[in-house]
This record gives sequence, C-alpha cells and structure tokens, in this order.
Amino acid sequence: MPDKKLQAMVQTIDLTKRFGKFTAVNNLNLSINKGEIFGFLGANGAGKTTAIRMLCGLLKPTSGKAIVADCDIMTESECLKQRIGYMSQRFALYEDLTVRENVLFYSGIYQVKQEQALATAETMLTEMGIDLKDKALTKSLPLGYKQRLALTCSLLHNPQLLFLDEPTSGVDPQARRAFWNVINKLADAGKTVIVTTHFMDEAEYCHRVLVMQNGETIALGRPGELKTQNKVDNMQQLFLKLVS
Amino acid sequence: MLKETNHIFRDPRTLLIVFLMPIIQLVIFGYAMNMEIKQIKLAVYDYSQSTLSKELIKNFSSTETFEVTYPKTSESNLNKLFLSRKYSAALLIPHNFEQDLVRDKHSQVQLIIDASDPNAATLIKNYCTAVVGIFNQIEKISPIDIRTNILYNPDMKSAYFFVPGLIAMILVMISALLTSIAITREKELGTMEQILVSPIRSHEIVIGKVLPYIILALMDALFILVIGMTLFGVPFNGSFIVFLAFTLLYILTALSLGLLISTVAPSQQVAMMMAITITMLPTIMLSGFIFPIASMPKSLQLITYIVPAKYYLQIIRGIMLKGNNFSQLLQPMLALIVMTAAMLSLAVKRFSLRLK
Repeated sequence: MPDKKLQAMVQTIDLTKRFGKFTAVNNLNLSINKGEIFGFLGANGAGKTTAIRMLCGLLKPTSGKAIVADCDIMTESECLKQRIGYMSQRFALYEDLTVRENVLFYSGIYQVKQEQALATAETMLTEMGIDLKDKALTKSLPLGYKQRLALTCSLLHNPQLLFLDEPTSGVDPQARRAFWNVINKLADAGKTVIVTTHFMDEAEYCHRVLVMQNGETIALGRPGELKTQNKVDNMQQLFLKLVS
Repeated sequence: MLKETNHIFRDPRTLLIVFLMPIIQLVIFGYAMNMEIKQIKLAVYDYSQSTLSKELIKNFSSTETFEVTYPKTSESNLNKLFLSRKYSAALLIPHNFEQDLVRDKHSQVQLIIDASDPNAATLIKNYCTAVVGIFNQIEKISPIDIRTNILYNPDMKSAYFFVPGLIAMILVMISALLTSIAITREKELGTMEQILVSPIRSHEIVIGKVLPYIILALMDALFILVIGMTLFGVPFNGSFIVFLAFTLLYILTALSLGLLISTVAPSQQVAMMMAITITMLPTIMLSGFIFPIASMPKSLQLITYIVPAKYYLQIIRGIMLKGNNFSQLLQPMLALIVMTAAMLSLAVKRFSLRLK
C-alpha cells in the first residue's frame, strides 16, 4: 500500500470561505501531489489569495475540510505551520535589518539553529548573488534580491510544502526566470510548491493549474491538456477564453 | 527580542522622541497653572470649643470650597491621615483662642496643607486666608494670624509636581503608543502574516515585541527622574525599590493598553490616533497631572477612575514626596493590577483570534 504522504500533499473537500455575504472561495475541491508545482490562476479578487491563506492556516474556512501536509487545517494548525513555508506577495522582510539579521530572525521564529540557518542561507544566497555578510540594510536591495531573500527565509526550516503568493509581482522578467529556475529545483528535490500568479506565461511552468473566477473553479488540469481542450495556443488565450 | 531592539536603534526618530520629549516637556510645564478647587477636605481640631471658634469653623463650612470634618484620631496621627490622602488640609484652633481674642484682640490658628500638589496647596492657602479675612471683618476684631504649615513640599515648587506627572505621561506614551505602532507596522508591512504562518505562539510574539519597550520605558523613567532631581532638585523620599516595582506595574498597564489598541487598529495612523486620544489626553487632562481632580465636574471625576495615570500619580507622588511604602499604596496598586489584567486578557484573546 503506498504511503499517503507520498500521494496527496493537499486534499480539500468543499472548502468555502465567506466574508459576510460575499463568497470568496466556493466549494474548492482539489488534490495536490508531492513534488508538484501547482498554480492558482485568476484575476485580482478571484479568490486565489483567500484559498492559499486558508490552506496555510491563516484564515479559518467557513465550511469544508482540508488536509495539508497530513495536518487538519482546522485542528492541527501547530504541526501544519512547522511543515509549510510561506512567502507573501509583499516580501515580508524587515527593511531596517541587514540580510543576516533577517535570516537570524526567521531562524528564530522557526526554531532552527542559527549556524544551521546561516549555512542554509549562505548556500542559497551565494547562488543568487547575495552576500550574507553585507552590512547594507535590506531596504537598499533591488526588488529581485529581496524576493530571493524572502524565499530563502521561508525555506530555512526545510518545509515539505511551499506557498508562494504572487512571488513575482513587480519583478523584472530576468529575475522572474531565475526565480522559476529555483522553484523547479525545489520541486526536483521533492518539495511541493503552490504558487498564485496572474502572469499567464508563468502558468506554463506549472505542472497543473487551477483557474478561478469569483471564487469558483472554472478549470483544473495540466496546461498542455487545457490548451488542447480549448483549442488555444497559449495560456493567455486560454485564460481570456475561460473568463469571458 | 533582539530584532525589535534593532528596529528601535535603526529608527533615530523614535529614539529622539523618547529622550527629547521629556526635556521639552520639563521646560514647558515649568510654568505654573491656576485652577479652581472645590470640596477641599479640611480636618478641624478645635481645642477652644468656644463660640468664636465655632463661628470661625462655620465660616469655613458654609463655603462650597471646604468640606469640614472633625477627625476622631488625635492630632499626632495627622500625618497618617495626610499620607492616606483623607485630608488635604487641617485647621488647628488653639485652646486659648477665644481668651486671646477677647483679651488681646489678637489670636492665632494653625493651618497645615498637603502640598504634594503645589497648585492645589497654593489655592487652599489663599482660600483659607480669604475665609479668615471675612471672619475678621464680621467680628470687627483685629486679625487672626494664620500660621501656615506646608507639608511635603514646603517651597511649593511646581517641579515637585510636574516631574512625577511627566514620568506618568512619558511612560504611557512609550508603552502604549510605541508598542501599538510597532505591532500595527508589522501588520502593514505584511510581516505579521509571515510570523503568523510560523509555528511561533502568540504569547511569544507579544513578549518578544514588548520586552524592549519595557526596558526602554524604565530607562526613560529613570532618565526623567535623574533630570528632575539634579536640575529641579526634586526630592526622593521613598524607597527606590518601591518606585521601580510600581513603575514596572504601570508600564505593564500601559503596554496592555497598547496591545489592545494594536489588535483593533488596522494601520499605524489609526493606532497613533487611538493611542493619543485614549492614553495621552486622559493622562494629561484627567489624571490630576495638571488639573486637580477635585476641581472637575462629577461626570469627569467618574471617568478619572479608569485612567491608569491617576493611580500612578498618587503612587509616584506618594513615593517621591511623602516617602510612602507599599502598604500605604495598596489601593491604587490594586486598581492598576485589575486594569492590567482586564486589558491584557482582552488583548490576548483578540490577538489569538487573528491567528485563526
């Protein structure tokens, strides 16, 4: 019998979130496998961020159920938080701290040993061209560097599952490509990556995508399959066709 | 937490406020202020028990300004009554008051005033002089001398009065204002969200956030105290340990208020406005720092019961000027503890709700 850990990393059943009368996410049913790069697509306000926030335990769902990294998001948020990494669209770094201090702070809140965290960070950051010993404050770094630093910080505790909420908004195309190379490497190493984006070209990099509109799921599948089904050439056209 | 300390030192403006503010305030409040007081609690010891002495007391009690009572304890216990704030002044009429007056057309009474609030003391003294003056006119006799004996602050220096008040105000500012801003700033930057998805517990976040501010506030309190003592010659009659203990308690009260604000306020600006309106203004206006509580309308006096600074002022003036010890400050201490517990439990409850 296959270990269920190897199968579904995320499993949701009729996951719903309402804010008053407004339904942000309606009956979301999906299953994401280990090692998958899964994309949430949709316009602003389609419910992507709300869905992600529920999956990482920041928001309580109104109804429905979800098991993420073998933890029930309603009752086992403590173990869930230990197993996931999260990077928000705002790159939650402290701008008035140095790179090293940021790394140390995040190692502190995830209870990772300092030397271990610095070692992890050093390998990752050197690869990306950031010097850990730089005395400059984080606010002086270019946006692309900040993004990579934020990603590094969310990976310090070696999570099995990584949530990226619009990780590439505002970053130049070159930095975006470099960033996706990193994401691919993570997936190859067996990590599951869930990413929201409204860049349709990025959707091509995902193994599977979910297209959302007004809280509803309007398409789910491999980018290739979806394009063939809808007889379009690229994701941009697919998205416009689905939404209209 | 080290990180928060770094934040503070990387933001020179905050530091500047923390240490420059007290100096500016010390200068501003150097000016005396005039206010009106009603219902001065006057203890009367009438050793004469004569017609004339009763007439004089009637002159006091017939005004709205004085609330005359005859304490049951002896005069030697008067100091205790002052320490417990039961009276703000005492009138002593000597045994031979009437004889002296009839025979020599001249007599003396003694007035003892609690001047740990010098503005109030000046006013009390002036009122008494006026009442006695009226008495002199009516009886058409040569003047009764008032021998005024001013307790705790014989020179009636206003520095004695505003230095404690300033400590109360600055502490509330740092503790409530800066903590609420520090927490809402994390909300605005999105870093609070990042912390909330980590396994760290909410009480750990709170402790890490506020600990540097507790230390900063304590340092500032000592800073003002030292300036007050060296520059203005403010005395320090009580125990330093008692002062530290009560100051820490008051800082905790203000911090809980700051936390509570930060759980409600969505942004730094809102937090700042709320902190100023519900902490700074009451501390300045309603704590007895500038305006004596006794001179406020009844409805405002009721509000002062929920102003933490009111209790802290009683405590700190008691310690610095009167040398009060723990047991004499039990009542304001209990008030602060109750307020802290209430606000803190509410803040923690709201804070953990956000984690869901």
